[in-house]
Amino acid sequence: MGFLCRDCLSVEPPENGTKCPACGSVRTAAHEELHALGIAHLDCDAFYATVEKRDNPSLKNRPVLVGGAGGRGVVTAACYVARRYGCRSAMPMFRARQLCPQAVVIPPDMAKYARVGRDVRALMLETTPLVEPISVDEAFLDLSGTERLHRGSPARTLARLARRIESEIGIDASIGLSHNKFLAKIASDAGKPRGFFVVGRAETQTFLADRPVSALWGAGRELCRRLEGDGFRRMGDLLACSEEFLVDRYGAIGSRLWRFARGEDGRRVDPVSHRKSVSAETTFSRDLAAPEELKARLWPLCEKVAARAKADGIAGAMVVLKLKGADFRIRTRRRTLPHPTQLAERLWRAGAVLLTLEADGTRFRLIGIGLSGLCPAAEADPPDLAEPDGERIKAVETAMDTLRARFGDTAISRGRRLTPSPRRPGR
Amino acid sequence: MKMTIERGALLRSLTHAQSVVERRNTIPILANVLISAQNGAVELTATDMDLAVVERVAAEVSQAGSTTVSAHTLFDIVRKLEDGAQIEIGVGAEEGQLVLRCGRSNLKLATLASEDFPVMSDDDMPHSFLVSAASLRSLIDRTRFAISTEETRYYLNGIYLHAAEGEGGKVLRAVATDGHRLARMEVPLPDGADGMPGVIVPRKTVNELRKLIDEAEGDVAVTLSDTKIRFGVEDIVLTSKLIDGTFPDYDRVIPLGNDKVLEVNRKPFERAVDLVSTISTEKSRAIKLSLNDGLLVLSATSPDAGSATEELEVDYSDGELEIGFNSRYLLDITQQILGDSAQFALADAASPTLVRDSSDASALYVLMPMRV
Repeated sequence: MGFLCRDCLSVEPPENGTKCPACGSVRTAAHEELHALGIAHLDCDAFYATVEKRDNPSLKNRPVLVGGAGGRGVVTAACYVARRYGCRSAMPMFRARQLCPQAVVIPPDMAKYARVGRDVRALMLETTPLVEPISVDEAFLDLSGTERLHRGSPARTLARLARRIESEIGIDASIGLSHNKFLAKIASDAGKPRGFFVVGRAETQTFLADRPVSALWGAGRELCRRLEGDGFRRMGDLLACSEEFLVDRYGAIGSRLWRFARGEDGRRVDPVSHRKSVSAETTFSRDLAAPEELKARLWPLCEKVAARAKADGIAGAMVVLKLKGADFRIRTRRRTLPHPTQLAERLWRAGAVLLTLEADGTRFRLIGIGLSGLCPAAEADPPDLAEPDGERIKAVETAMDTLRARFGDTAISRGRRLTPSPRRPGR
Repeated sequence: MKMTIERGALLRSLTHAQSVVERRNTIPILANVLISAQNGAVELTATDMDLAVVERVAAEVSQAGSTTVSAHTLFDIVRKLEDGAQIEIGVGAEEGQLVLRCGRSNLKLATLASEDFPVMSDDDMPHSFLVSAASLRSLIDRTRFAISTEETRYYLNGIYLHAAEGEGGKVLRAVATDGHRLARMEVPLPDGADGMPGVIVPRKTVNELRKLIDEAEGDVAVTLSDTKIRFGVEDIVLTSKLIDGTFPDYDRVIPLGNDKVLEVNRKPFERAVDLVSTISTEKSRAIKLSLNDGLLVLSATSPDAGSATEELEVDYSDGELEIGFNSRYLLDITQQILGDSAQFALADAASPTLVRDSSDASALYVLMPMRV
């Protein structure tokens, strides 16, 4: 039986019980295949809320909700204290506040989370170059074959990584360890918070059988509804079906369902980013129809998307505008730029043209903008003879970015961020 | 309607008409040519709604009238008839038919009513001037290769034609750019063009016009407004809508201060660029120019194909410089230079380069370098 103490990293198993014989800690892991598994999924716990608690220790034991505070705000992260009251992420904020009126609501500071996320990723990359980020706070790691390099099994290296994230960055993370990505992802979720959950080859089938089909990678709300309607509630229910049947019934994803239900996943941990787009969106506190008001909401989103693209060293050639009407119907409109860009100004110019075409008096509840057709930043915004202003736009934005880096994100913006006041038309 | 017309004359104007008519049309009548016969002549009109060509051809008209038939079909028929033949055209006994007789050939074509043929409105065109066909040809030839095909920047999909202040006085200037290269050509400003607005003539119009003036001598009558332009070439009138947009302020991207001057012998330079570019990758077509006093080394490497270099003795004495270009774009430019030598004015590997004909200041080209 493999043994690991997550506090002192000792692998000396106790004679009986589960306490670490070296340090007496109860945070230990024991599993037949513990030291033989190499694919991990690392996920920070209640990431945004944890970062806020780290930066304001007085919040430590209080329920914290990160998200929009307005009438239609949505919880983006709920700390584990708030979760005890039933608050969950993606829940409407008003509902979360009903459940937990004493909760501290903090508007999200995406730039800060991105910075912390980068710190976490830097520690991962010190462990292995085979890091496949999925979002700002989670990633797959492949530590197979690193035993000699790190003088210990992947499990021990991961426990050390989690310990470093806690001590050096000040946030908690959960780790799922298994023999493929799909299982590692489910495992990290199973052990939360501060978890360390192992799924070995031997118990793969039994571990999965009782999991809901919603845990299947790629199964969204619509597919889950269909699966459940067809009587497939647990992954074990899918085992009785042939692959052909699932493909016939659900299309190409059927074959993936068939393999995942058996705990098979041949995908490798791929450190190259396969991200297809960068985007940002916001839901208004009341429906908006006036082009000027919509545009004022669009600009900060352009700045947000551009900041993310710049931070990640990517650029995109296609601008996608998303609008959700008061009737919840979603419109997306896209426009390809002559060159890939990572500048907020170029995003805004294209986005504003698309928006002008759509702002026909329809009332909207949400606006979003994104970049797709991604490429490395080196290809972004080349000098262009047909755009004499291009270099100036770039210089202005670079200057604004420099100011923000020194004095904070709110140090400078453009006047178009401001909405014309309807009450004082004369001023 | 009834007339007799000589095959050669009809073929020539149908060539112009069918080239205006789009191959695929959602509006059936736009596939047709309008034939209208009056005393002593027939007028053929073809349009795609943005552009219309009207051409007068001499014919013996015994009965006036008008109709429309498929431009491509009529063109194909007339093309296959014997040269020098006389063609009899009339309306058939049945409604909606055009009858065409030539020797022992007899063809009947379906028609659509001429009343439904779209007519381009005859707006007021306040500006008019005469420009020689030769000048117009050189304005087009020197610039049209740089017209952009990018649809999002529709205002680059044509030649920007405007009056400007040139080095030696007022000029009529044509400019085109696709962002990578820019071409500017000018001729002395014709009388009457002084107050004309700057207009963007769409690519298709430019290409059709170029065909019409290919062999023309003498002057072309140009009349224009903010929204339309009309060219009168002999018996042909081409009317076109203009691109409704603002052409970029191109003056600001012309690097007149570049101080590293390279003179190359055009023919050997072209040959060397062409040879070396055979190795460069299909996508980028990149080649590197390495300059040292008196010597130019052209080189290209591709991970798949190999590498190539060629040395040329050149007139250059402004220090070492390495710069990359798209070889296709380089050749596009040098091919427009008629003199023996081309002059490059360079700044550095990242800034636009100015190219001119050493012996002719009327045209200039700007080329963006590439990273190599």
